[in-house]
Amino acid sequence: MARVIVDVMPKPEILDPQGQAIVRALPGLGFEGVTSVRQGKRFEIEIDGGDPAAIARQAAEALLANPAIEDFTVHLDG
Amino acid sequence: MATTPRIGVVTFPGSLDDRDAARAVRAAGAEAVPLWHGDAELRGVDAVVLPGGFSYGDYLRAGAIARFSPVVNEIVSAASRGLPVLGICNGFQVLCESGLLPGALIRNAGLHFVCRDQRLRVESVTTRWTSDYDEGAEIVIPVKHGEGRYVADQATVDALEADGRVAVRYLDNPNGATNDIAGIRNESGNVVGLMPHPEHAIDPLTGPSTDGLTMFGSVLGALVSA
Repeated sequence: MARVIVDVMPKPEILDPQGQAIVRALPGLGFEGVTSVRQGKRFEIEIDGGDPAAIARQAAEALLANPAIEDFTVHLDG
Repeated sequence: MATTPRIGVVTFPGSLDDRDAARAVRAAGAEAVPLWHGDAELRGVDAVVLPGGFSYGDYLRAGAIARFSPVVNEIVSAASRGLPVLGICNGFQVLCESGLLPGALIRNAGLHFVCRDQRLRVESVTTRWTSDYDEGAEIVIPVKHGEGRYVADQATVDALEADGRVAVRYLDNPNGATNDIAGIRNESGNVVGLMPHPEHAIDPLTGPSTDGLTMFGSVLGALVSA
């Protein structure tokens, strides 16, 4: 059983209002010096057999990420 | 004697406005035909409305799961053959996820859910759903969404503008949409998607105007004369 991680992030040119809200909230909690937050999604996928990284990449292209607004990376866990 | 046009209204798990969409279809003078997300057939309808709501709970991304439903597969292939398709709010999101329309709808700038009567300008009247409006007409139709901010890469936005494929534009942008885009059309004009809800503006008793009825009437005019 392979465990594959797919990280999906908004493209750099896409405004991330959730990240902006978080970066504005942090100073009020005492976190100084935080200049940027981008919020994305992480998928932990367990795959039995085949080429797990290739399968996860195809799944990311087909469903997990929307190429119009998001980039993704795939890596094997462990 | 022409037969009454039949317009399909899709219901997904989580659709909210399918009943209002069907009511608008009937108010315009057509028969509303219920279509179920799990059915791989369109029951011979002359046009299809994808209504608003939260199909499949908006899991993953709004419209991302609905795109793979059997009925949407049928709609995608029928749209390529010219079937008129109108996507409203969540339906617009489904059309973008399915690739029938370019770009995407993301979280509103400012993060607030917006629910209000919205002033719009009709930019393109060469579509199956806007042909009865006057070009440049200013209309009032409700918006209600949290993820309605239209975005696309610059080349796509430039192409939409150059080709006149912005169908309706916000007069006071509620969500930060690129170029105030409220709705767009495909190249051939049979597919239109928009965030505002024309089905909520068909009756002065329940809506701010009857401006939305013209959208449903437009497609009927084309069907009856066909």
